[in-house]
Amino acid sequence: MARGSNRASDGPRVGVGRIFAAFLLIGATSFGGGAIAYLRDTLVVKHRWVDDETFLELLAIGQTLPGLKATNVAVLAGDRLRGAGGAVAAMAGVCLPGAVLMYIVGLVYQAERQRPLLEAALEGVAAAAVGLILATTLKLGRTSFSRIDDVAFILLTVVCVNRLFIPVPYVLIGVGALAVAWYGSAAAKWRTIP
Amino acid sequence: MAHDSMNELPALARVFTCLSLLTVGGGMAAYPELKAQTVDVHGWLTLQQLDYLYGVGQAAPGPNMMMIVSIGVLTAGFAGALIVLLAFFGPTALLACVVGRLWTRLEGRPWTVAVQRALLPVSIGLLLAGCFTFAKGALTGWMTSIIAGMVFVILLRTTMNPAFLVLAGALIGIVAFGRG
Repeated sequence: MARGSNRASDGPRVGVGRIFAAFLLIGATSFGGGAIAYLRDTLVVKHRWVDDETFLELLAIGQTLPGLKATNVAVLAGDRLRGAGGAVAAMAGVCLPGAVLMYIVGLVYQAERQRPLLEAALEGVAAAAVGLILATTLKLGRTSFSRIDDVAFILLTVVCVNRLFIPVPYVLIGVGALAVAWYGSAAAKWRTIP
Repeated sequence: MAHDSMNELPALARVFTCLSLLTVGGGMAAYPELKAQTVDVHGWLTLQQLDYLYGVGQAAPGPNMMMIVSIGVLTAGFAGALIVLLAFFGPTALLACVVGRLWTRLEGRPWTVAVQRALLPVSIGLLLAGCFTFAKGALTGWMTSIIAGMVFVILLRTTMNPAFLVLAGALIGIVAFGRG
């Protein structure tokens, strides 16, 4: 039963169809970002498929890996609930509504590229999005802005991308390695003191 | 545009797989590379189109990078949309699945803790850098700057749903710029 996995069979065995339906609902209703909150409501509160501790663990894994937090958590939860089939169902469900919507937007945009009213609306939308993503980022980074080493790594990253125009992959690997070395040794030192 | 769009499929797959690996902390972290690859290198769309679609994507439900599907459609129709979706979400989903199963063995190890700790500031830095790159293209004058500033302040002070603010941005845009 627990073929190739020591954790996938721990949770309740939920049907693939039910997993897909639950994640489809999240994918269709989680307007305005914050899909994580919708995921928690559905998985922990509504269906009680995972407990809070497990959800936080999934979130910690999802944040550490590349990929969007929401889709990573969906995959991880689906896998815990019903193995690979559950992971695929969760992923497909959470992505489908937004993907269909943006597919239609792409088609409409292609067809109506010359409409000045649409362009005007989209200019306002893009401007509003600037305020939205900046506010989201600041909220997300709130705890990091009070530590000097955190701020130094944030500034270094921003300068590398926005001033030195170094491509993001190199910045991620370069500054990332520096930061791992820094926090790794800081943690090691900290551990030897007591 | 349509006659040789199928030739773009391998490039779409390659570019969006690479982009997905850069989305640490959020989709915005990959924005500068998204712009570089789709606008500057491959010319699949203009910077204005990218920023407009990115803006619309912020009002769409679900994971917040679904606007990549629009880029796929514009570049190579339905096949393009499908390739982009699989390339962007497939590899990272597989990785999440594998690491999720190994997590009990990885959790708490010194280097896992160091990577988790290091990614906090680096991902915030990448997200901020993405915001600034996006802002440079999307803020075209004082009116767009005012819209962005208003949304920013409202979101920091209230719990209003951002999707409404993006719609409000559309209405203000029509009033302010829709003279054509």
